[in-house]
Amino acid sequence: MTLFTELGRYLLMIKGMFSRPENGKMYWKEFMHQCSEIGIGSLGIVVIISTFIGAVSALQTAYQLVSPIIPKSTIAQIVRDTVILEFAPTLVCIVLAGVVGSKIASELGNMRVSEQIDALEIMGINTKSYLVFPKIAAAMVTIPMLVVIAMGLGIWGGRLASTLTGIVDINMFDKGLLENFQPYNVFFAIIKGYTFAYLISSIPAYYGYHVQGGSLEIGRASTKAVVVSCVAILFSDYIISALLL
Amino acid sequence: MIEVKELKKGFGEKTVLNGVSAVMQTGKCNLIIGSSGSGKTVFMKCLVGLFQPDSGEIFYEGQGYTNMDKEEKKEIRKKIGMLFQGSALFDSQTVEQNIMFPLDMFTKDTYANKLKRVNEVLERVQMKDVNKKFPAELSGGMKKRVGIARAIVLNPHYLFCDEPNSGLDPQTSLVIDKLIKEITSEYNITTVINTHDMNSVMEIGDNIIYMYKGDKEWEGTREEIIFSKNERLNEFIFASEFLKDAKDMRMLEMSGKIDNDRNMDELIK
Repeated sequence: MTLFTELGRYLLMIKGMFSRPENGKMYWKEFMHQCSEIGIGSLGIVVIISTFIGAVSALQTAYQLVSPIIPKSTIAQIVRDTVILEFAPTLVCIVLAGVVGSKIASELGNMRVSEQIDALEIMGINTKSYLVFPKIAAAMVTIPMLVVIAMGLGIWGGRLASTLTGIVDINMFDKGLLENFQPYNVFFAIIKGYTFAYLISSIPAYYGYHVQGGSLEIGRASTKAVVVSCVAILFSDYIISALLL
Repeated sequence: MIEVKELKKGFGEKTVLNGVSAVMQTGKCNLIIGSSGSGKTVFMKCLVGLFQPDSGEIFYEGQGYTNMDKEEKKEIRKKIGMLFQGSALFDSQTVEQNIMFPLDMFTKDTYANKLKRVNEVLERVQMKDVNKKFPAELSGGMKKRVGIARAIVLNPHYLFCDEPNSGLDPQTSLVIDKLIKEITSEYNITTVINTHDMNSVMEIGDNIIYMYKGDKEWEGTREEIIFSKNERLNEFIFASEFLKDAKDMRMLEMSGKIDNDRNMDELIK
């Protein structure tokens, strides 16, 4: 299938999502369920990754800053800005593309193969609207929140590692955190969070929804969904950075 | 009643349905039979609207379904119940939630009333004390019965069953057939069954459509099938020696030459 055909089918799926819900209450229930699955379900891995990323970046920055002219508080600044600008939104979202993306693709793929999607269609339910839209909406709500949590935890991880290893004094680190802080960076990271959340949810939903065949194809769709999502994240990361920085 | 006129459907260069016309009668079990690849499933999927036909017309009680807009189709679909080959129960939901799902989606009834209705249909399909079980905990026959319960919970006007007996033992198949037959006459609905199972054909086939390579090859009742001279149909239905003998026996019985058990011993000798 050509790239244009895939893109066309993807856009048709997105267009098909927007219709009047058969029962708003059921859609809300599904949305909340997805918020819990995507948001709460991914919280653990986000906590672990962001804490360690912050810690490692603090140690590696300290290792490279050997000049006595550069104050130690610079380590905090570098940790803060790298975590906010890149690690929290991009790296966390790449991990989430694996965790959330494969889940969405395999869930929808399994529903397609076992005719559950057909069963919903027969009932007169718009499956794109009922199955895909809540997933994308939930990702758009929860993933930027996870990115914000990752920012905080990343910086905290850096602070913890710096003070535990004695690289920087805790007061020095806190002082460094406040120096030259630009709130725009947080805004930039959240914009990235929203963009990546959309990609992480809609691309796997497309591959899962259009699975044809059996369990082997579900696996293939999941893998393809994760790979394409990661590439799309990296590509859009570059575009956003070029446009907004 | 569902009326189909000159239905055609193809995928790419391959024609699957080659202008099929048929009438599915109300209150009867309309069976679609045919070998694999004959177009039965595509025909049924066109009927329910999962596939858009290339040409031809489908009428539900005289209303043209093929050219309806999405909203009008939705209204017709609310009157359709379908039992899928693999039951298509929602894995993450319990039996109760599965059956209650259409009620939750399309009615504004209280939970107590919905639960009452769920228990009613579960009782109708002879299933009790399974409300809190998940589909993975059920046997194939139980899944089919839950599938039937979900299909009839909204009192449909049309019931579609895609190979309801596939993967079931003969005894359970008979139970499912009997259930479908009873529900059809009880609710006076139009039932369309897509099957390979010859027991079903002879047990519940009020109106049988035999499809061969995308065409309707033969149509008639289960009594007529016995006397049919259509070679392809006979080859398909009475494929084994055992079934051929059973057919001969039934023909003699129907023509009055055998008085059931009395002459049976002599005939066997």
